[in-house]
Amino acid sequence: MLRPLPRTPSRLNRTEMSMRDKIWQINWSLIAVLGAIASVGFATLYSAAQGSMEPWAYKQMVRFAVGISLMIAVAMIDLRFWMRHAYTFYAIAFVLLVLVELKGTIGMGAQRWIDLGFIQLQPSEIMKIALILSLARYFHGAGQQEIGRPLFLIPPLIMVFAPAVLVLKQPDLGTAMMLVMSSGALFFMAGVRLWKFAVVVVGSMAAVPVAWQFLREYQKKRVLIFLNPEDDPLGAGYHITQSKIALGSGGVFGKGYMMGTQSRLNFLPEKQTDFIFTMFAEEWGMMGGLVLLGLYALLLAYGYAIAIRCRSQFGRLVAHGIATTFFLYFFINTAMVMGLVPVVGVPLPLISYGGTAMLSLLLGWGLVMSAYIHRDIPISRRGMGDD
Amino acid sequence: MYHDNDRSKLFSRRAMMLAGGKATLMGALAARMYYLQVMEADKYAVQAEDNRISTRLLAPPRGLILDRNGIAMAVNQHNYRVMVVPEQTPSLDYTLDALTKIITIGDGDRARIHKEVRRRRSFVPLSVRENLTWEEVARVEVNAADLPGVVIDVGQSRYYPLESLGAHILGYVSAVSENELTGDPLEELPGFRIGKGGVERIYDMALRGRHGTSTQEVNSVGRVIRELERKEGEPGLDLNLTLDMKLQEYAAQRLGDESAAVVVMDIHTGDVLVMASTPSFDPNSFNRGLSNEEWKDLSTNPRSPLTNKAIGGTFAPGSTFKMLTALAALEARDITPEMRVFCSGHTQLGSIKFHCWKKEGHGAQDLVNGIKNSCDVYFYEVARRVGYEKIAEMAKKFSLGAPTGIDLPGEKSGIIPNKAWKKAVLKQPWHPGETLINAIGQGYVTATAMQLATMTARIANGGYAVVPHVARDQISEKTARSRASPSWPSMDVSRQSLALVRKGMFAVSNEPGGTAYKARISQEGMWLSGKTGSAQVRRITMRERETGVKKNDQLPWKERDHALFVAYAPEENPRYSIAVIVEHGGGGSAVAAPIARDIMIEVQKRDMARVAADSGGDSIAPDLRRF
Repeated sequence: MLRPLPRTPSRLNRTEMSMRDKIWQINWSLIAVLGAIASVGFATLYSAAQGSMEPWAYKQMVRFAVGISLMIAVAMIDLRFWMRHAYTFYAIAFVLLVLVELKGTIGMGAQRWIDLGFIQLQPSEIMKIALILSLARYFHGAGQQEIGRPLFLIPPLIMVFAPAVLVLKQPDLGTAMMLVMSSGALFFMAGVRLWKFAVVVVGSMAAVPVAWQFLREYQKKRVLIFLNPEDDPLGAGYHITQSKIALGSGGVFGKGYMMGTQSRLNFLPEKQTDFIFTMFAEEWGMMGGLVLLGLYALLLAYGYAIAIRCRSQFGRLVAHGIATTFFLYFFINTAMVMGLVPVVGVPLPLISYGGTAMLSLLLGWGLVMSAYIHRDIPISRRGMGDD
Repeated sequence: MYHDNDRSKLFSRRAMMLAGGKATLMGALAARMYYLQVMEADKYAVQAEDNRISTRLLAPPRGLILDRNGIAMAVNQHNYRVMVVPEQTPSLDYTLDALTKIITIGDGDRARIHKEVRRRRSFVPLSVRENLTWEEVARVEVNAADLPGVVIDVGQSRYYPLESLGAHILGYVSAVSENELTGDPLEELPGFRIGKGGVERIYDMALRGRHGTSTQEVNSVGRVIRELERKEGEPGLDLNLTLDMKLQEYAAQRLGDESAAVVVMDIHTGDVLVMASTPSFDPNSFNRGLSNEEWKDLSTNPRSPLTNKAIGGTFAPGSTFKMLTALAALEARDITPEMRVFCSGHTQLGSIKFHCWKKEGHGAQDLVNGIKNSCDVYFYEVARRVGYEKIAEMAKKFSLGAPTGIDLPGEKSGIIPNKAWKKAVLKQPWHPGETLINAIGQGYVTATAMQLATMTARIANGGYAVVPHVARDQISEKTARSRASPSWPSMDVSRQSLALVRKGMFAVSNEPGGTAYKARISQEGMWLSGKTGSAQVRRITMRERETGVKKNDQLPWKERDHALFVAYAPEENPRYSIAVIVEHGGGGSAVAAPIARDIMIEVQKRDMARVAADSGGDSIAPDLRRF
């Protein structure tokens, strides 16, 4: 658990920190929790490959190592740097999203990837981080009166919905929803009045019939099958049904590591990516599932503690925004595989096999850690030192 | 920094609210886990097991069909099938195109596959073509790398090595249709065939055997990972027939191209030794698949090769019926054997003239001579005295007018008319003249060769109601046991009457002037006694009688008489009866009797060999010759 940090007067108004100070401040227990979650992923990927490091576990380890290094590098960089360039990152991510719309490669029926030659880039993942940064910057300098003005909220709303619509067009319903929901949390944390959320919620309810028109056939099918999975046990409902069978048959203590019959015999679809939680819970049972849930909760608690400890509004919003995004990842994924929400392509954070999500999540936690390291640095409205 | 502090408080408050919300949602996840993994765990555990374990049926080999000497009539052959698993093909059409370059696939097959693929799950193999030759199998195997999703599968198919010989008795096998489902799990097997005719149908359940099961662990696409348990089924029962295929072959050859039927049976046991119906067909062609022309040939041929004429063809028995008329009158004591009737070539009933087959007449005839000469006028008089009802009654006793009860499907009853029948069916009263016509086996009377052979057997065995059969053993559902020594019920016809009729039949074949004297058997100990019949199928007009009745060879085939002959042998100690019907064959004495003679010689030759071989194991024949 988080110890209360000593508030030494010497640190109170410091605007500059030496590299040595920063390294001293690195939150190793946070890294340990991230490592624990990722290790659950390695073990499960090893089992998914019938007890082999290939083709998934080894690559995932390398990615995690690279991700952790990047995370620490990001954490070392002054929070003010991230704030100053928040809009730049947003602009870059937005341009990439447009590019992917114009000439993205087709992967899995959706335009999501940009091939940069050495890496396949998924701009929507970058946008998740960039959007939090730029919203945090926008709300950083805002006082209560400004936030109370409806006109003040127009630019951040555009910042949210422009990329969300692009992502929805790809079509990637899951990511679009996550962008909107994590932004909503940020608006809320920034102090936007609750009744305004009510207006937006009611408004979007009214828009559901219109939005339905824009959904692709397979997305409509997924929603309909979510509402009644028994309709089509061999077709599109197959995934949910099989997932529930695998999970339920795991019982309290599971079938044992590497003994999950359903995943082993390929009844479980996408067992190394979106449905990895099912495989884990089949082999480790409810106990395993609860332990994993506990690890995620611990990570969230770190995020919250850091957010509350932060002196700058920017740092608070970034830390909270990343933690919320992370929460949405694992909540949507686990709720999906357990049949609580429709099947949407959201990976289980740090566990599902996949590079971009892992890197962007670790970069996000790098920002959180940067907010932690630079927690006592007050930041002016324009991102400079104290004014 | 008051302003910032304020924001900090607001932030903390709202952070707590959101954290509360998230905690609630995580609680929901935990609750869902509890629901799925604890409360519903048993249900899902069962479903998971069902997912993993698949039970497949194993088809048992179908029972063989053998003749009485162990000659194979129906066997099982490997049937190499080429199957395609749609899921494993890049595209079904691509694979079928590739396959077409290697083996021939008809457009019909293609259409069928496309239809089936929509009904089944994509990992279920579909049969593309069956009965591949070994060379075709090799060609597919060699090109396997270019044929993704194609597998060769070995099934079993029925093969009839004797081809057209005995085809009518065997029947054939083919796929189960909707209304033939009995609930036997075997019927669900793809490619499972059931008996559709002959003994294949009658004894289908016994021939099928019992299914076995193979419990397998499968993955989600149905691929077998390993076999967990295997229970072999029970092979079908081998069926031994009473037929002698050597004799059958001889009979079929002797009949040649005629449209004809021959039945030879054991008069004591009811064993059917020969049941030939010509022309025949090759039942294997049904398995191979008939072309449209072949089917048209078979189904429209006027000599109806697909019908088993021995039990399914009804013909006017003609003069072979006269024994029954004589028996009816003798039993009713309406005639004495010594009673004489003068035949002038015709007789008068009211205003109608009834002709004898011999225009110039036979002169005075008693019973034995009446039979020997087949004198129509004599039997007109007998019929007039006894009346038709008693004749019909006697005919029914001797198995006419109803199925004999042989263990084969498709047996016809024939017709033994009487007043009630005519009123019910034709809505007309009985004319006295019809008594005369039907008493000589013309008019409405019809019978099958099987019935005539049974009638003759009952005359020869002393009046016991023998019933014919083709299966050597008594088979009930799935078990077989040896037939009990037959003890047929007596028909209460006096031995004296039967002996008189047999004396007439002896004269037909063995006394000079008898209608079948030319077709007698002269070998000692093989003598046969018989009765000819020529059943008229057209009306002879008055004008034709004046200008001279046309000979059979002057007529088109369809208008010629049916040639019939019934007989039993050997005369000393009767054992076999025979009935020969040659459809539109002409005269009984000229056409049917020589066929019967030749076959009966072969039968008795074989009989001597057999009696020597199995030391009279089934020769229970008492001496029935003289009473």
